[in-house]
Amino acid sequence: MIALIVRDVRLGVRAGGGALIGILFYLAVVTVAPFAMGPDLNLLARIGPAILWTGALLASLLGLERLFQIDHEDGALDLLVIARHETPLALTVFAKCVAHWLVTGLPLVLVTPLLGLLLNMDATAIGATALTLLVGTPAITFIGAAGAAVAVSLPRGGLLVSVIILPFTIPVLIFGVMATLGATETFAPFLQPFTFLAALTLFFAVLGPFAAALALKGLQD
Amino acid sequence: MKLVADGLAARRGNEMVFEGIGFALSAGQGMAVTGPNGAGKSTLLRVLAGFLRPAAGRATMVDAQGGVADIAAHAHFLSPLNAMKPALTVRENLAFWRAFGEARGATPEQALERVGLRHAIDVPFSDLSTGQRRRAAIARLFVNHRPVWLLDEPTSGLDARAEATFASIVADHLTGGGIVIAATHLPIDVPGMKKLRFTDGGDQ
Repeated sequence: MIALIVRDVRLGVRAGGGALIGILFYLAVVTVAPFAMGPDLNLLARIGPAILWTGALLASLLGLERLFQIDHEDGALDLLVIARHETPLALTVFAKCVAHWLVTGLPLVLVTPLLGLLLNMDATAIGATALTLLVGTPAITFIGAAGAAVAVSLPRGGLLVSVIILPFTIPVLIFGVMATLGATETFAPFLQPFTFLAALTLFFAVLGPFAAALALKGLQD
Repeated sequence: MKLVADGLAARRGNEMVFEGIGFALSAGQGMAVTGPNGAGKSTLLRVLAGFLRPAAGRATMVDAQGGVADIAAHAHFLSPLNAMKPALTVRENLAFWRAFGEARGATPEQALERVGLRHAIDVPFSDLSTGQRRRAAIARLFVNHRPVWLLDEPTSGLDARAEATFASIVADHLTGGGIVIAATHLPIDVPGMKKLRFTDGGDQ
């Protein structure tokens, strides 16, 4: 399982593209927003967390369809499935999700402080956004695994994956932005939405891989 | 340890690909599945490996005490696709499969020695020729010990010498008590292999 994470991270870094495209897209969304909103700095600072979260969510959706597709195309997926008596398929999917998040999700979290500056956000708001993204974006990957597994045999399933999983990511988005708001405003609570966010990630960390494993097993029939 | 198939049938869409296939292979026995394109050789292997549900019948491993297990739990599957990552070197590819599976066997060096590809160990997989890629994929069979080898067109792309090497690899595996089922359209030269021949009609 560790071997699979190491291999996928190595592939993600070496093959290039995947991680960088996500970051560039994130950057594009966030830099375009101020032009659309106008030069009101206070407004920008207030809705900054929402813009960052929306950008990160859409950027995470971008590379998801590649999660199983490459392994499907070169035959490796067959071997991962046949090895299910040694490594349960859900665990294999979990490992692939972890690797995928390390390559595509974590970089988004890391560039968030930089993008926060572009939106005139103060240090607390930037820190809170980065923290909630760190806790919340894995959930998007785990949900995405189920969608990617369903669409793996479709030649251009990218958009389909996004459409399938978008509704399930909405709660993550809501609690993520709510927790960030709670950290910066005195009237809103922080801990409740934040623990909900963490719970969502843990919940999908279990459900996503199991659902994806089920879809991958059924794929062949 | 025996591999038993009984009354196997498979369906592709609404059409029966084959039906009524039955055989038993005990340790040390191999079987060559031959037949024209589209006759159902690959389908049979995918059914045996558990990727496809048979329309009828079943195929299982039966041990000496009569216990029944999935073939997949004991099998290597070599599909026409090589299951190797072009961006990684041959060593990295083989080391991954070795670490991912249980019952670790030969190291990547030793496995490549068997297929005569030792010199290319640090070459990215994408830089290999078609035949070399196939040999690297065959080397994967050595890095984990699994008694049953399900081989789908194992010799495609191999030259005459590599084919001879491959025949000796299969013969060695059988001598060591393994079970081999190979689907080929060219017969492989291993003495004592059973034969299952598909015709266009779909049956033996």
